[in-house]
Amino acid sequence: MSTEGVNVTRRRFLLASTTVVGAVGTGFIAYPFVASMQPSAKTQAAGAPVEVDISKIEPGQLLIVEWRGKPVWIVRRTEESLKGLKEQSLLDRLRDADSNESEQPDYAKNEYRAINSEYLVVIGICTHLGCSPSYIKKDDTHNLPGWWMGGFFCPCHGSFFDLAGRVFKGVPAPLNLVIPKHAFFANGTKVMIGVDPEGGAT
Amino acid sequence: MRKVILATILLLPSWVFAAGAGVPLQKANTDIMDKASLQEGAKLFVNYCMGCHSLKYQRFQRTAKDLNIPEEVLKSDLMFTAEKVGEIMDIAMPADDSEKWFGITPPDLSVTARARGVDWLYTYLLSFYKDDSRALGVNNLVFKDVGMPHALWKLQGWQKPIYETTTDAEGKEHTHIASLELVEQGEMTPEEYQNSMRNLVNFLDYVGEPAKLQRLALGWKVLAFIFFFWIVAWFLKHEYWRDVYEGVWKR
Amino acid sequence: MMKLWNASIGWIDDRFPLTTMWDEHLAKYYAPKNFNVWYYFGSLALMVLVIQMITGIMLTTNYKPDAAQAFASVEYIMRDVDWGWLIRYLHSTGASFFFIMVYLHMFRAMLYGSYRKPRELIWVIGMLIYFALMAEAFLGYLLPWGQMSYWGAQVIISLFTAIPVLGEPLALWVRGDYVISDVTLNRFFAYHVVSVPIILLALVVVHLLALHAVGSNNPDGIEIKKNKGDDGIPLDGIPFHPYYTVKDIVGVAFFLFIFAAIIFYAPDFFGFFLEHSNFIPADPLKTPEHIAPLWFFAPFYAILRAVPDKLGGVIAMFASVWIWFLLPWLDRSPAKSIRYKPFIFKFALFLFTIAFLVLCYLGLQTVDPVRTMIARIASGIYFAFFVLMPFYSTWGTCKTEPERVTS
Repeated sequence: MSTEGVNVTRRRFLLASTTVVGAVGTGFIAYPFVASMQPSAKTQAAGAPVEVDISKIEPGQLLIVEWRGKPVWIVRRTEESLKGLKEQSLLDRLRDADSNESEQPDYAKNEYRAINSEYLVVIGICTHLGCSPSYIKKDDTHNLPGWWMGGFFCPCHGSFFDLAGRVFKGVPAPLNLVIPKHAFFANGTKVMIGVDPEGGAT
Repeated sequence: MRKVILATILLLPSWVFAAGAGVPLQKANTDIMDKASLQEGAKLFVNYCMGCHSLKYQRFQRTAKDLNIPEEVLKSDLMFTAEKVGEIMDIAMPADDSEKWFGITPPDLSVTARARGVDWLYTYLLSFYKDDSRALGVNNLVFKDVGMPHALWKLQGWQKPIYETTTDAEGKEHTHIASLELVEQGEMTPEEYQNSMRNLVNFLDYVGEPAKLQRLALGWKVLAFIFFFWIVAWFLKHEYWRDVYEGVWKR
Repeated sequence: MMKLWNASIGWIDDRFPLTTMWDEHLAKYYAPKNFNVWYYFGSLALMVLVIQMITGIMLTTNYKPDAAQAFASVEYIMRDVDWGWLIRYLHSTGASFFFIMVYLHMFRAMLYGSYRKPRELIWVIGMLIYFALMAEAFLGYLLPWGQMSYWGAQVIISLFTAIPVLGEPLALWVRGDYVISDVTLNRFFAYHVVSVPIILLALVVVHLLALHAVGSNNPDGIEIKKNKGDDGIPLDGIPFHPYYTVKDIVGVAFFLFIFAAIIFYAPDFFGFFLEHSNFIPADPLKTPEHIAPLWFFAPFYAILRAVPDKLGGVIAMFASVWIWFLLPWLDRSPAKSIRYKPFIFKFALFLFTIAFLVLCYLGLQTVDPVRTMIARIASGIYFAFFVLMPFYSTWGTCKTEPERVTS
């Protein structure tokens, strides 16, 4: 095709303008399609905070509740295991003992990873590839090392975590288990998962 | 030829609507952009209709957001049947019970405005009258032998039919209802009642298609953009086609 | 930069005929230079197909093909899914616009004799596309599971029962149940989403390949390949790209303007695109007072009702669609384009168009004696247009066709 007698500049300008306007338009129309894949109003409503009565949990017992389709564990820790969480021999074996890299609300970023040290509220999803670990107490039969003081073991790829959901060194999981937003109420007999405590950080 | 086709396309809707029968409907003249009217309608619905009728596709939260109702007001004034704002506007009455009481389960009203149209709903709400032959003592001009009681009688009061007798070409006499007369006024004057029903129907129209608010707000922007694109594309086309018109294009 | 580009293209060309295909179908496909406004509708129909595919896939991600959940899942899309309403309206409006584009595209073929030799096969494939499209629309219309969906499907499938002996078992086999039910909905969903779209896509490809093999017709109905330059390129041909690509973009913009205006301001289009009764969930125990087919099926439905016999009506209805296939062999006029055909043919086409529109209108209305009479007259005209074409198309004298296309 010959370009003789053609105003090349004008043609290029118009071609570029049409392309740009067309591309912007395509972007506009693509947006609703992409956005429609976000959680719907129904899903969001189903992900509303969950209220749990914790008054009947025995020391050492674990209660599983569902929040946003995920298992949330509530563990009532014994005096003994709380003491164990502070032992240096344990801390040395942890990858992120101070939870600096891990995900938890500020009010649960402490040595017990809890608001009320007696109760651990944690999302039971391994930070490696999303399996749900098993709860293994100190006295349970297991083929874990002798120093095991109770915690969680992920059967998929062999990661293990202590009773504060902290990950050990030398396992595939990179981070501690996630602590969800939660708040105690009714004199500490109930916990609401998915909201911050009143006056707490949002 | 082209004109004929165009005329046909333009006339089609009017032909279709010419074919309707029964009681002439009154114009509801609702305005879905009128937030105050929608809020008023929502309040009426929750207080007078939601005892029996659910809106099971509509969520409290969405209603509050679209109608500019603050969450505290939503919780105190509208949410009698639910605890969480994300819940649907459902009712507590079990379907079996209602069927026992009314002979029919009161329908969900989420999309009724789309099925019936606002004018029908408006006329329906204004057309209840006393009829002792019915079990509930009421009947309706646009919905003959309706199973619903006049839930709004406290507001409107009671209407009685005025009969009219006409003689047809063959000399037979027919009696039919010519109009309704208010015999006992309720808490509202007829004008106030009509206004309230307009608000209620407006709310039902909104509930029928909450996205209407979005699409009406967005539509002209989209059209303006496409128009702009059309102009640019038109110039591009004409620039290229100068080759063809002027014989510049050479192989 | 240019070097890298050419090298990449070269690398692909050694392994896949990319440049060859580009040239064959776009850059060196020579189309007549005198296309008018009627020639937009083919590319627009293709665009609507793309819109339907994309929006359709997005809808399946939230739709539930279950009689207990289907209606609610559509309302879920309309309310709870972000922008779900837009995607749904694009799809429902797109369905009607697909037919508008296809009808205008077919009318163009009738105006300019695009179905005539050597393009008979293009026409036949086009008719198959039209058939697949009708099947697709019918299957899809059951999915919202409203009253119209349900009873429309009930009536159409019952058409099979008019066939002697085999009819009843056939209808049962199609439904998979004694009435339209969850089973039917489930399988219609599968056909609507998988089977028919694959057939539709394949046919569209074949339609285009056939077109590009023989070349496009034009409003003058003469073959541009008769007058070639020394280089073997038709003198009246211009490369499809860039000339018709930039022109079609203008058409697309105009189309989108109308399309968006309807989606944003009248998505149910006064009950034509989304019928009012379809906002009532399907109730197998109660037929709506007035059931009407979708507007694009209405002409054939009117023919069905015009015949006072069950089997006769069904035969007439199917015949009214099938007869289109024969068009290339019915038209025996020496000229292809309406521009050079005698008055009698123009008049016949005019009458036919009116009859088609009248039938479309009547198909949406309730029946009364006057309408039935009009429907019978219109059906008569409809069939006469085809059946008598071998005769009247040879009457009168054609104007002389020009040697070269007129602009």
